Formats: sequence, C-alpha cells, structure tokens
Amino acid sequence: MSPAHYLFLSLALFLIGAIGVITRRNVIVVLMSIELILNAVNINLVAFSRIFGDVSGQVFALFIIADAAAEAAVGLGIIIAFFRNRETVLADEMDLLKW
Amino acid sequence: MLDSITFYFFAGVAVLSAALMVTRHNAVHSAVLLVTTLLATAGIFLQLRAEFIFITQIILYVGGIMVLFIFVIMLVRLDVALHHIRFRLQRWVALFVALALGVEITVVFLFARRLPGQGLLIQEPAPADKLPPNTEELARSLFSSYLLPFEIASVLLLVAMVGAVVMAKKRIDQ
Repeated sequence: MSPAHYLFLSLALFLIGAIGVITRRNVIVVLMSIELILNAVNINLVAFSRIFGDVSGQVFALFIIADAAAEAAVGLGIIIAFFRNRETVLADEMDLLKW
Repeated sequence: MLDSITFYFFAGVAVLSAALMVTRHNAVHSAVLLVTTLLATAGIFLQLRAEFIFITQIILYVGGIMVLFIFVIMLVRLDVALHHIRFRLQRWVALFVALALGVEITVVFLFARRLPGQGLLIQEPAPADKLPPNTEELARSLFSSYLLPFEIASVLLLVAMVGAVVMAKKRIDQ
C-alpha cells in the first residue's frame, strides 16, 4: 500500500466534508462535516507516520482528536444557546451579525 | 494481499457513508452515517498498525463526540426547523469548488510521483512484524518530546469545558 492510496482516501473524505460545509443549512450537520474534515487529516498524519516509521504523526493525530472534542463541545453549546434565543438551527436564518 | 482487501473495504465504507451523510435530509441519519464513517476510519488506522489511535478514535469520537451530537439533535426541535428550501446556486458552487480542489491536488500528486528523487509517494512502509509496540512508543514520545503540547491540550480541554457550560447554561437574571 503506497502513501498515494491514503492520500486519495483522505482527499475524498476532505472534499465530501467541504461540500457538506458549503451546502447544508442545518448547523449541526455543518459541524459534523467539519469533524469529517478533521478525520481526513488524521488519516494523512497516521499514514505518513507509518511510512516514515516515526510516531510523531500519531501524536499529532491525538492532539487533533482532542481539539475536535473541544470544538464540538463549544460549538454545540453555542448552537443550544442560539436555539434558545432564536428557535432555529438553520445557517441562513442566523443573521444577528448581518447589518 | 490481506492488507489491500482491508484497506479497500474500509475506504469504500468510509467514502460511501460520508457521501450519504452529506446528502441525507434527516440530521439523525447523518449522525448515524458519520458514526459509520468514523468506525471505518478507525479500521484504516488499525490497518496502519496504529492501535492506540484506533481505540482512541472509537472511544472518544464514536463514544463521546457523536453521543454529544445526537444529544443536541434531540434537544433542538429539528422537525419544526426542517423545511427543505435548499440553495440551488450554492450546491453548484460547492461542486465546482470541490472539483477544482480535487483536480488540483490530484495533479500535484501525479506530478510528485514523476519527479526524480522524490520517492515520497511510492515508498513502501516497513513490514508490519518489525514494528515496535505502538502504544509504548506513543507514550514515550507524548511524555518526553511533546510534553508541553500535551499540557496545553489539557488546558484547552478545560477552557472548552468551561466555555460549553457557560454557553449552554440558562440565564437566571433575565
């Protein structure tokens, strides 16, 4: 298995996640697409860690997983606060900052 | 041979369920399909002999983060919020951007393979039976070279926890 296999898998997952971020209206699904993108990055890190026989890539994958957890917690907290105030989770109805 | 079969199986499951996740209307379906994608990615990690990342992915992503997502999906009333007016234009823009990015990166990969001396993309990994124990190596690296980032990550998680509680808490004074 050459690194190109993992790179193309990671690229496919990244692009699907990017399409999800751009097209979905539901903010929760947008957050889930961001998790998918972070996951695609992790595949690259672990694959190159294996190719080079260096464990640093896996350490960074661990940090990315921790960051994803922090991001999901804060993001979902914001979504709950927003839903309490405006009764919506649709991205195009979130226009409080729009002038 | 077995390596290839495992890789193609998990890669197929991951890409298929990711594509379905982005296109489903129902947010709960999307969440379940994302769980499938994350589990398939965990399989890829196992195929790469990264056992610790594999188990962390299952426990933390599938067991922690996705449960949080499903909780929030249940807390907000999506059935009220779901009327399917989608932006038509935005879908085409998204497809165009994704295609452009995909073609660009593919071209870079293919050219990188042809460059002399750039054996990065055709290098084969070391045989699996000569690898050092994964979790031990990871722990050694994490608690020596990467000790400071580790501590910063723990502070980050604390800040995120406090932030999430403050965000989601009900205001009493209003």
